[in-house]
Amino acid sequence: MNKLIKLEPADIPKLPRHAKLRYDEARKKWIINAPERVFELDETAAEIMKLVDGVISINSIVDKLHQKFSAASRDQISKDVISMLQSLADKGFVLNE
Amino acid sequence: MSNIKSEKSFSTPEKKSKTLIPYAMLCELTHRCPLSCPYCSNPVQLEMKSNEISTDLWKKALSDGVKIGILQAHFSGGEPTARKDLEDLVSHASQIGLYTNLITSGVLINEERLKKLYDSGLDHVQVSIQDTDEKNSEKIAGFKGHQKKIATCKLIRKVGLPLTINSVMHRQNLHNLKDMIKLAIDLNAERLEVAQVQYYGWALKNQTAFLPTKEQLDKATIIVEEARKTYKGILAIDYVVPDYYAKKPKSCMGGWGRQFLNITPAGKVLPCHAAESLDFLNFDNLKEKSLAWIWEHSESFNRFRGTSWMPEPCRSCDRREVDWGGCRCQAFALTGNADAADPTCEFSPYRKVLDEPLSKAGSETPNFIYRKF
Repeated sequence: MNKLIKLEPADIPKLPRHAKLRYDEARKKWIINAPERVFELDETAAEIMKLVDGVISINSIVDKLHQKFSAASRDQISKDVISMLQSLADKGFVLNE
Repeated sequence: MSNIKSEKSFSTPEKKSKTLIPYAMLCELTHRCPLSCPYCSNPVQLEMKSNEISTDLWKKALSDGVKIGILQAHFSGGEPTARKDLEDLVSHASQIGLYTNLITSGVLINEERLKKLYDSGLDHVQVSIQDTDEKNSEKIAGFKGHQKKIATCKLIRKVGLPLTINSVMHRQNLHNLKDMIKLAIDLNAERLEVAQVQYYGWALKNQTAFLPTKEQLDKATIIVEEARKTYKGILAIDYVVPDYYAKKPKSCMGGWGRQFLNITPAGKVLPCHAAESLDFLNFDNLKEKSLAWIWEHSESFNRFRGTSWMPEPCRSCDRREVDWGGCRCQAFALTGNADAADPTCEFSPYRKVLDEPLSKAGSETPNFIYRKF
């Protein structure tokens, strides 16, 4: 049986095989393809998802985003990242490596 | 109001940027199928094998689909594994960036072929299960294949493919809904579709046998809501209710010609799989016209696109761009007028046509009229 996960900063998020991230030229947007649905990502979500590779931890993702967008506090970025990834995990579209 | 609309529809640069971009194409590779489910979504007039389009034409359609922005290709039927070129088509679709989904009964496939499909880049498989009760399952399918289906689901997980169980529910199997949810969990599926029968084509012929009572439906809704909480993050459950009991019509296909297109085994391009029931419309064929042209310019795709075709009460309704007038095939089948408000809407002047079928729900159980060529 699959498991419900509660993401923590040290976790390493990844997409399951049935969810695929890619850039869509027609819509000029990053999207996640999943069974019978498509998630169209806003810019923030796209920046986060591009770093989800099943190798680096949520902490590292937050560090990288903090370097890139230094205007926001690290705490705020961390909150946003976990909340976004958890909402996908609740639907089974993000796993913990 | 109509003047303002027509002014906007001139071919200005703004208009160009607003061209609708479809999300998905349903590729009905064949109408051949060993099962004969009495609610089959195929048209009553089925295509013979000799009318099926070639591998090359399917590949061209997939490539053209990507060019107009399609993201997902669903390979369906009939039974799509009856086509020997399925792996070839999946491989092509996958290489050009489409998300690929196989919609199958699971009775014609073995482990070797599933491995080949996995290697071809298949993203997801959806298997239909008619009931958890073997005897009833086989009665509904008109085919002895229940155990084979379960075995196929296990093989799908074994080769590493994601799995959706599609279970069409109705009066004769709703009592097993809890077991169906348990089966999806036991089979380690990611997703379960609890799809109540929608009454078109074959299903409309069998409506009295399938339409559940209001009590049955309410009970099912509670079961689904509870299971969604219990299995949050574990099993996604999509739930489609029969709209006869609804107050508002469904946003059929997300609006006519807005998000989706369907290609028949013979190469006709339709705004939805039931659209051929609108027998007054001419549907263009890939043998004569390109997919992009059909999507943008064909009479059939533009006939009910947007809101300008709508009569009252739809035209001035504040939900006109929410449900897009409901379902045209249903309006036509039940009222004989394809422009009419969907009778499942509480504001439809035709709402009364549902009284008769609803009054029969649960009182009679006629024999099935099985799908056949």
